[in-house]
Amino acid sequence: MDLSAINPVLLIASLMVAATPLLLAAIGELVVERAGVLNLGVEGMMIIGAIAGFAIAVETTSPMVGLVAAMIAGAVLSLLFAFLTQFALANQVASGLALTLFGLGLSALMGQSYVGIKPPAMAKLDIPVLSDIPVLGPILFSHDPVLYIGISLTAAVWWFLKKSRGGLILRAVGESHDAAHALGYNVIRVRILAIMFGGACAGLGGAYISLIRVPQWTEGMTAGVGWIALALVVFASWKPWRVLLGAYLFGGINVLQLNLQAAGIAIPVEYLAMSPYLITILVLVIMSADKSGAPASLGRTFHASQ
Amino acid sequence: MKFTKLLTSAAVALGLATTAMADTTKVGFVYVGPVGDGGWTYEHDKGRLAVEEAFGDKVETTFVESVPEGADAERVITQMALQGADLIFTTSFGYMDPTINVAKKFPKVKFEHATGYKQADNVSVYSARFYEGRAVQGHIAGKMTKTNKIGYIASFPIPEVIRGINSAYIHAKKVNPDVEFSIIWAYTWFDPAKEADAAKALIEQGADVILQHTDSTAPQAAAQAAGNVVTFGQASDMGEYAPFPRVSSIIDDWAPYYVARTQAVMDGTWESVSTWDGIGAGMVGIGEISDAVPADVKAEALALVDALADGSYHAFTGPLNKQDGTPWLAEGETAQDYGDDGLAGMNFYLEGITAEIPN
Repeated sequence: MDLSAINPVLLIASLMVAATPLLLAAIGELVVERAGVLNLGVEGMMIIGAIAGFAIAVETTSPMVGLVAAMIAGAVLSLLFAFLTQFALANQVASGLALTLFGLGLSALMGQSYVGIKPPAMAKLDIPVLSDIPVLGPILFSHDPVLYIGISLTAAVWWFLKKSRGGLILRAVGESHDAAHALGYNVIRVRILAIMFGGACAGLGGAYISLIRVPQWTEGMTAGVGWIALALVVFASWKPWRVLLGAYLFGGINVLQLNLQAAGIAIPVEYLAMSPYLITILVLVIMSADKSGAPASLGRTFHASQ
Repeated sequence: MKFTKLLTSAAVALGLATTAMADTTKVGFVYVGPVGDGGWTYEHDKGRLAVEEAFGDKVETTFVESVPEGADAERVITQMALQGADLIFTTSFGYMDPTINVAKKFPKVKFEHATGYKQADNVSVYSARFYEGRAVQGHIAGKMTKTNKIGYIASFPIPEVIRGINSAYIHAKKVNPDVEFSIIWAYTWFDPAKEADAAKALIEQGADVILQHTDSTAPQAAAQAAGNVVTFGQASDMGEYAPFPRVSSIIDDWAPYYVARTQAVMDGTWESVSTWDGIGAGMVGIGEISDAVPADVKAEALALVDALADGSYHAFTGPLNKQDGTPWLAEGETAQDYGDDGLAGMNFYLEGITAEIPN
């Protein structure tokens, strides 16, 4: 056992990277669910974002263009879900699952000629003076831009939901779509915008994995992150900062347990391997003791005539 | 009237289709990862394509990818058997019990389970002696490490993986007595993000050689980003990362076996067998050793490959002790395949490895 082999600064820096795709996907899904829509297609939108972002980044040699393309791809795929559930009034759970299956299949097809290709590298945002500060520099100031986008997005979503008029409308639609409709708000439009936002976030999260975290394209490479994001939103009681906390906890403990294993610490590996799930759930369950529940209209279908 | 006509013609068409199909042999494959993983499943699928190429119209292959090990696997295998498969290859260790269970229900269907040890009248087992390849990797790793720290990304604590760790370790130790192994159990065969994280954790802790027993190329990419870390291709050549960080690889070549077994089913000569071939028989290939390896090390490694291939050297040759110091093999003794302390059920580390095997 050699704990000194673990460098805490590098550890924190890499846990932030590990948490970012989860955070992005979860924060998008949070907005969707706060608008009263349950989209189980997160995994599918992520993987489409992963391949679309990768393909475009390779073709244009610009990772930034790739990331934007990933957001567009995620949003476009989510439009399919929006059409099915908001216009065709299909069951949301079934449509979401279908979206995941479709996304996984389509991404495998799209990605066939991209296996084994290396994407253009994303430059880290090395802020000149700040990133040279010992300890704080590598932790806070020398990451890729997307990581900062993830954190600012959390703040923005929190502000939007809590402080803005638009957020009030979105929450009203999520809590009681009939009341919101009676007040003259366009429930369908609000929900479609929320779904597209969720799709764009998931797409960005997926591209983060394929362009920055791994970085390469492999079929099925999101490997369940979308499902963890879905669970995270519930355990975080639909609150943005808790999603951030949960994502960092999950990503952090995952990286930490790998580091502990590498250092040969004498905790049985089985416990280490399940610890991210266990601790994240435990912490968030304890925090959600204030009984803040799900949006009241979550998963219910709305039609103006009903 | 029209509707009944339609039904009749459909029935006739179906009948025709079944008769047309009667003389084709149906071969099913169950994969643990996606066919595009660039590693384990990719090579099995190459074997499937080789079967199609060898027999053309006389054979019909199907596959299901990314099947979780466990109850889901049983469902998938059952479905394949119900759909009329004559021969089913289940290509991951975790499909062992599901395969045996389904095989009981379909005595006429032939099953082939990879890397397991449970045989039945209609279940063959086959595996490759990957540990021979690991010996070569260990030799190169021991010679090339500068920090004397070698990282090993393991998947599940099963004999196949433990054999690999032991074989790599003793051969690294032989050429470099100061070498240390850091082992991470990822508890997955395929999760690129997790494999990348594991590789990064090992690299951050000073490992400059990474061996992997997981299936994706993510650790290769992590090593490449780090710049000075050596890796080896796993299951597939992973040549896109050559000449550096990937300096060599273990390649699984299932094609000849799959073709031979399909032929046996067609000829009606199929029998339940246990196959365990290594470098000599060509089931394990050693990918080209790149020029990033010093010429003398490369020559030694190639000599080792030849010795393993012609059988003049066994990868587990005594004197070797178990981790707790109890003797395992005496001077000059080579490991048995089966029986107590045999390779097939290996569940112990060898002396010098400091970690513990998870239960």
